[in-house]
Amino acid sequence: MPHIEKEIIVANKKGLHARPAAFFVQLVDKLNVSVTIQKNQEKVNGKSIMGLLTLGAQCGTVLKFIVEGNDAQKAVEEIELFLGKQEEEFIL
Amino acid sequence: MNEIVLKGIPAANGIAYGSAFILDKGEFIVPKRIILAHEVDSEIARFEEALNFARQEIHTLKEKVNQDMGLNKAHIFDAHILVLEDPTLLDQVSKGIRQNKNAAEYVFSKVIKKYVQAFSKIPDEYLRERVTDINDIAKRVLKYLMDESKLHDLDNLQDDLVIVAHDLSPSDAVSLYNRKIIAFITDIGGRTSHTAIIAKSLGVPAVVGLKDATLRVNNGDFLIIDGQKGLLIINPTFSTKELYAKEQSQIHACMEKLDDLKNLPAQTMDGKKICLLANLELSNEIPTIKKVGAEGIGLYRTEFLYMNRLDLPSEEEQYQSYKQITEAVNPYVVTIRTLDIGGDKFISSVQIPEDMYPFLGVRAIRFCLERPDIFKTQLRAILRASMHGRVQMMYPMISGVAELRQANAILEEVKRTLYDEKIPFDTFLKVGVMIEVPSAVMMADMLAKETNFFSIGTNDLIQYTLAVDRVNEKTAHLYEPSHPGVLRMIQKTVDAAHTEGIHVCLCGEMASDPIMAFLLIGLGVDELSMSSSSILTIKKMIRSVRAVDVQRICTEALQLCTGKEVEEFVSSQIRKLGVL
Repeated sequence: MPHIEKEIIVANKKGLHARPAAFFVQLVDKLNVSVTIQKNQEKVNGKSIMGLLTLGAQCGTVLKFIVEGNDAQKAVEEIELFLGKQEEEFIL
Repeated sequence: MNEIVLKGIPAANGIAYGSAFILDKGEFIVPKRIILAHEVDSEIARFEEALNFARQEIHTLKEKVNQDMGLNKAHIFDAHILVLEDPTLLDQVSKGIRQNKNAAEYVFSKVIKKYVQAFSKIPDEYLRERVTDINDIAKRVLKYLMDESKLHDLDNLQDDLVIVAHDLSPSDAVSLYNRKIIAFITDIGGRTSHTAIIAKSLGVPAVVGLKDATLRVNNGDFLIIDGQKGLLIINPTFSTKELYAKEQSQIHACMEKLDDLKNLPAQTMDGKKICLLANLELSNEIPTIKKVGAEGIGLYRTEFLYMNRLDLPSEEEQYQSYKQITEAVNPYVVTIRTLDIGGDKFISSVQIPEDMYPFLGVRAIRFCLERPDIFKTQLRAILRASMHGRVQMMYPMISGVAELRQANAILEEVKRTLYDEKIPFDTFLKVGVMIEVPSAVMMADMLAKETNFFSIGTNDLIQYTLAVDRVNEKTAHLYEPSHPGVLRMIQKTVDAAHTEGIHVCLCGEMASDPIMAFLLIGLGVDELSMSSSSILTIKKMIRSVRAVDVQRICTEALQLCTGKEVEEFVSSQIRKLGVL
């Protein structure tokens, strides 16, 4: 099973919490991979909105994404794209 | 079931027995319930059903909002649904049910509370506001898991319960005032915690600092509370029950005898008079205060007017409250302490920045000087109420002359405005200073020249003198009222006051302990203010001693080196005198 680890900077001005976090969880849900997000020593499940919110990742935070699954490569690209977007660009 | 005896810190005297009610702090109160091992799987299934049920509810709501207000507004519910579908949340709750064999609603509410705490710490306004959403979602789930009527808040409690809590906040206290509670038990806290203050003013026993009582006690357990010895007995045996029934009837007999003292003066056998006053939180305590023959209110804690509400009390509202109390207590005096918030007391209407050391932060007079708008409103109300009886006022936490002058300058300004508006007030209103900061003790001679009276707040003075956080259970054993350092502080304050010809009141919990009260009288304190439930006990002690003996024993006690020595010496001397 492909396994990719990548550090990505949160570029979204509002950070990866609150509303963007909700969008992010919905994105991961569609990707058909398992995503673990690590900030410092803390690890959370990418599908857990509560986990994501407790990370409190603000703009500029470096997060490590551990992605597992057949579509891991594609998933990482999507995640990277998402984290570069600003809120108004989110489409559901 | 086996009898379990737990030892804690005695916080309020008396003996009580009844069934336990575990009070959990927070948005909702979920009683702890233990399940059996074979019920674990069905309990987890029940939890999943509850999540499903809540999801259905939110979907329906979302549809409705979508039709009425459009897709944009309906999006907020997506986040709610995501919480209900959160795999980590489900995992944590299932694990909790399996490992601790606790019912789903209890585990779920604990997990939610942990998240709420975590969110509240994140420096993001938007996220902090989401706490309300999460509590809202949690309520939907709990509604399914529990009989809705059981999802009570403090307002719907049954009567005759023993409240078992981790800790009680002053705002819990306000909600509990009108309930028939028979005793309090808390995991944390010391002799001066709010639990102790509430219990004493309700006249019920309390044991605090039991560490893990909330974990050991189950809802509905039969408990005996021994407030004298600081014991909690869970599921007592028949013989223990009998023993306590006997002891309780003895206490009752004693209390009845005390009742005879209510109209007699608090005076030593050789004629020295000590003024015994009551502490007051809410006006509904006044009948009890009158019943025990208190000679006025030595400490009226006004912050309770500000608690459990989202707005600030208006001048008119405060005026009405102060007026009502002043008239009820007339011809005796009411000593109003100006707002003392911060430390461990908070109000919703004003944001007080979180301090690393809240007791050393912006609290009491410091807060009032920073917010003169709030302070002036209270001063106006107090001044107006002063026309309806005998009112005096004091400032909490004064650390030196500068603060006193600053506060007085604001008071003068308020008086001038009232005068201009032709609103009457007592122009001779006495203004006192609370002595609770060590620097105020060191400056007592100077402070005494610029004030009408002193009131020693020992709860804080002990905390600051001994550098012991009084709400931290780890340092509770270091909180020592009989510490010679504390006694010397009090002595210095009394001497400075008497040199300037002003009187000294003392309004901490210390005043309600007969041994300590004995020492305080020996130190020359003129007035003692305490919870009304202690007044008769202290009066009995005063009436059975001679001032000369008290003075002599106190002088000797001040030569001792440790708090323990002081306490042992004084209690042995009191026994010799045949008192108590």
